[in-house]
Amino acid sequence: MPVGNGRRVAIVAGYRTPFCKSGTSLKDARAVDLARFVTRELLERTNLEGADVNAVIFGQVVASALVPNVAREVSLLPQFPKEIPAYSLNRACASSGQAVANAYDEITLGSADVVIAGGVESLSDIPILASRRLADILVEASKAKSLGARLKTFSRIRPRDLVPVSPAIAEPSTGESMGQSAEKMAKENHITREAQDRWALRSHTLAAKGADDGRITAEVVPWLPERSGETVVTADNGIRRDTSLEQMAKLKPVFDRRYGSVTAANSSPLTDGASAVLLMSDAAARALGYTPLAYIRSYAVAAVDPGWQLLQAPIFAVPKALERAGIEWKDLEVIEVHEAFAAQVLSNLKGWAAKGWEINEDIINVMGGSIAIGHPFGATGTRLVTTLSHEMVRRDAKFGLLSICAQGGMGFAMVLERN
Amino acid sequence: MAPPPGAALTWELVDGGVAVVTFDLKGEPVNKISRAVKQDVQATFEALEQDPSVKAIAFFSGKPDTFIAGADIEEFVALATAAEAERLSAEGQQLLERVARFPKPVAAGIHGACLGGGLEFALACRYRVASDHPRTQLGLPEVQLGILPGAGGCQRLPRLIGARAALDMILAGKVERAQKAFRVGIVDELVPHAILKDITIAAAQRMAGGWQPRRRRSGGFTGWLLDGNPFGRRLVFRAARKQVLAQTRGNYPAPLAALEAVEFGLKHGMAAGLKREAELFGQLAVTDVSRKLVQIFFATTALKKDFGIPNPPPPATVHRLGVVGAGFMGAGIAGTAIAQGGVDVRMKDADLPRVTKGLATAREILDDRLKRRRITKYEHARLVALLSGSDTYTGFGRAELVIEAVFEELQVKQQVLREVESASGPETVFASNTSTIPIRRIAEAGGRPEHVIGMHFFSPVARMPLVEVIPSTRTLPAVVSTTVAFGRRMGKTPIVVKDSPGFWINRILTPYMNEAGQLLVEGVAIEELDRLMVEFGFPVGPITLMDEVGLDVGEKVIGVMHEAYGERFAPVPAFAGMVKSGRFGRKAGQGFYKYVGGKKRGVDPAVYELIGTQPNGGPRPAEIIQRLVLVMLNEAARAAGEGIVRSPRDGDVGAIFGFGFPPFRGGPLRHADDLGAARIVGELERLADRYGARFAPSDALRDLAQRNTKFYP
Repeated sequence: MPVGNGRRVAIVAGYRTPFCKSGTSLKDARAVDLARFVTRELLERTNLEGADVNAVIFGQVVASALVPNVAREVSLLPQFPKEIPAYSLNRACASSGQAVANAYDEITLGSADVVIAGGVESLSDIPILASRRLADILVEASKAKSLGARLKTFSRIRPRDLVPVSPAIAEPSTGESMGQSAEKMAKENHITREAQDRWALRSHTLAAKGADDGRITAEVVPWLPERSGETVVTADNGIRRDTSLEQMAKLKPVFDRRYGSVTAANSSPLTDGASAVLLMSDAAARALGYTPLAYIRSYAVAAVDPGWQLLQAPIFAVPKALERAGIEWKDLEVIEVHEAFAAQVLSNLKGWAAKGWEINEDIINVMGGSIAIGHPFGATGTRLVTTLSHEMVRRDAKFGLLSICAQGGMGFAMVLERN
Repeated sequence: MAPPPGAALTWELVDGGVAVVTFDLKGEPVNKISRAVKQDVQATFEALEQDPSVKAIAFFSGKPDTFIAGADIEEFVALATAAEAERLSAEGQQLLERVARFPKPVAAGIHGACLGGGLEFALACRYRVASDHPRTQLGLPEVQLGILPGAGGCQRLPRLIGARAALDMILAGKVERAQKAFRVGIVDELVPHAILKDITIAAAQRMAGGWQPRRRRSGGFTGWLLDGNPFGRRLVFRAARKQVLAQTRGNYPAPLAALEAVEFGLKHGMAAGLKREAELFGQLAVTDVSRKLVQIFFATTALKKDFGIPNPPPPATVHRLGVVGAGFMGAGIAGTAIAQGGVDVRMKDADLPRVTKGLATAREILDDRLKRRRITKYEHARLVALLSGSDTYTGFGRAELVIEAVFEELQVKQQVLREVESASGPETVFASNTSTIPIRRIAEAGGRPEHVIGMHFFSPVARMPLVEVIPSTRTLPAVVSTTVAFGRRMGKTPIVVKDSPGFWINRILTPYMNEAGQLLVEGVAIEELDRLMVEFGFPVGPITLMDEVGLDVGEKVIGVMHEAYGERFAPVPAFAGMVKSGRFGRKAGQGFYKYVGGKKRGVDPAVYELIGTQPNGGPRPAEIIQRLVLVMLNEAARAAGEGIVRSPRDGDVGAIFGFGFPPFRGGPLRHADDLGAARIVGELERLADRYGARFAPSDALRDLAQRNTKFYP
């Protein structure tokens, strides 16, 4: 029985590009190229007519200054009619999760029948900002009436003004970086270095297994480079098959060099990639001849004070989503938890356990998580939806959950169901 | 049917005393200038002169995409003598003189094709505004029909834009986009289509108020040095003449005559120039070359409407094309389909590196269009996004048409057919780009032979204008329509040919190539062979052509032909050594010639060792040409007799577009008619006595000779 207020929403298919560490295999691709590529391949692999799509929604965290609405550039692919409206959104690391949620809302309320929701991030292609002073001078110069006046304005530029400013992954409200927050959570929740390393190793081991036995590979569309002679990118390049606890233990903590425990090995890397999911009303899926992988049962978003534990909001989002789904924690047969940091995953698990829920690690991140696979901010949500749906099919699971922590102290949760 | 006078031009008076004249030829898709239209122009301008309220004229076309397409060719064809043709030219000149000297200023607003007589008319107007639309194209393509711009075009264009730029356009019969026409100074203003009418009327009004359009000759100091004085011009003409002779080898008189008309006019003044122009027009109009070129023009025009089957069902529109095989051919098909047809293309090959390479090759076709400014960078980005590929058949389910361009081997093609059938819909058309294998043989491996057809492209696909469409006896008529329509959308001229080994092109080309090999063995030098056939009128000689096609491909083709048709197709053994040593031709960097960095260098002397001979002169040049030409005509006659082509027209257009049979000779069958079947049979018998049975005249030729008839009525 559907719990929502309207029509059932089916997840029909999902694909993603390989996820590659920033500055590596995908460094020449712009975010918009990745987003368009994965969407076109989604059409190819589902044999969907572009004209059947009603809306395109994409999540992206660090948008390009030249392509501020990446979703519209996706919906302007020649495989679509030009008349498909599209928008991009930013709910930090939960952006494409939110894109799916918005698609769910549109479909369930009858505003759309077929929606493509996706996400993209290229941290190889981020806007580099000019200093505030340089920006002011340039704006003033562009308004100058004469050449003399313009030169006079330019003469105020000092060498230090020319140093570019790259966007930091820090909270605007507290100045605390993501890593510092994870460090703080590790301490306050008593997560040891060893526990974190173990979780990271688990992530790599399970991801390697998932890639080798084809479960992960089936979700990945090989990236074909534009120029002949360049390497075809067929797999994620962050998954390590050669690491061990001993090796991980050698690494120095990054954010607190004296008493810290968060290292490069137990954090997710900066990553480039895109993913997309095809959603339909149950009726549309049937009419177009598709067999859904799963249905969306509910979703919820929660937020906490960023000054508290920045990545702990999932412990509030998940109960809300379960309540809306009308099910309990123990009904879940498979769970995907976004791994920004091992410290954050283990904190989330502790938070849920504190509610009296029994944590069965065997059903959590069964093919590893973002630590191994990578985390292109905007693209992780739809990766989780895709992986969870497929795993539910494989396990013939009735209920599945995904949980994402996000910048700004936000948490996102979604319950999928099958019958 | 010519329209009655008054049926083409209408006019109305608008504000400021401007008469807006609209040319809209009733019952015709495009505007063209016929006798009746000329009378109408005459009468209309008479009325406009008389009417005192008319102060100026703004001239437009009423057709959506043409301004004026040119003179009415039907009238031109009916001309019997040079004197008649000269008179036609002089009449046109007088009419345009009247427009040029009209007491009230005339402005032309040009949107769509403005060609030949249409451009000559526009040149006679005092002011020209053009829309910046891609359909707006201007040019004087007369030389392509073996004539010259005979209504003052050879005089007015050089006076407007300088001799250099004018010769550039006239001698090659080039058609330019509006942007280029504006750059060189043919049009005075370039505006968006939406305001074309307003701006043209405004210009007419300004001129009525006494405003004189001022033009600055482009080209600056260099322009003055070359165009602005008689000495510079002499250099220009000398260089142009040399270039024309190098390109036409004296086979095409029209460019030289046009050059003379321009030069004479600049030297002796407008009136004398017009007179000379009309004389030369008259002479050209009745040349055999012009007749042939006009016939080909009509043949291709007719082919544009011909689906190659009786009562053709409406073709299905192809939105998505699947291409199997990402090699040079497959990539060429993919790139051309996108560049010309804007089709969504999915490529498939065995592994992703191959797919990536094919995608990059297809993309080069689009990059080339961008480089030559045929498309903007935004159009380029849109077209690039139509190209995708995979190592699986994903996306083939939506394809209305799949073209395979895999290895030329029956089993491979049959395997691909089975794979495509299981990956695509029940209505998907499967077209095989085979050069020799009968379609019937490929089709029998699959489950729905009625959807299987042949589509034989020529390399490089982006540039070669022909495609052979080959239905098997089981192919559905609708499948033929769809394939022909798609070939046309790719910018090709399709001919529908019968399903048999080698189809039409390879059937008649193979004996010719093989005979060239025979001649090599007999001691004719490689360059000499090529030179003689270029002189005959081919764009390249047979040996160069072999290098272009690829000797490995050639070997395969002749193998199939030999098996199918027997001894007269027996391959020259000498070529086997070439293939074995990896001399595949241009693509391998070495064939008969050497290729460095993609450029042809001289003959590789080592080749003679390989084929076991040294150049010693061989037979007389005339004998060489005769052997090569007659062996082809003989096979062409035989194939035509078997009904491989549906008409001599298809056969001739195919040979001209497929491998460059000299257009001024009208194609192999037309050429056979000109020589006469009886004479050919006689020569062939003589050659057969001397060189062997491969020259034995075909029954088709004997039959024609006996009945004293021709291929063409």
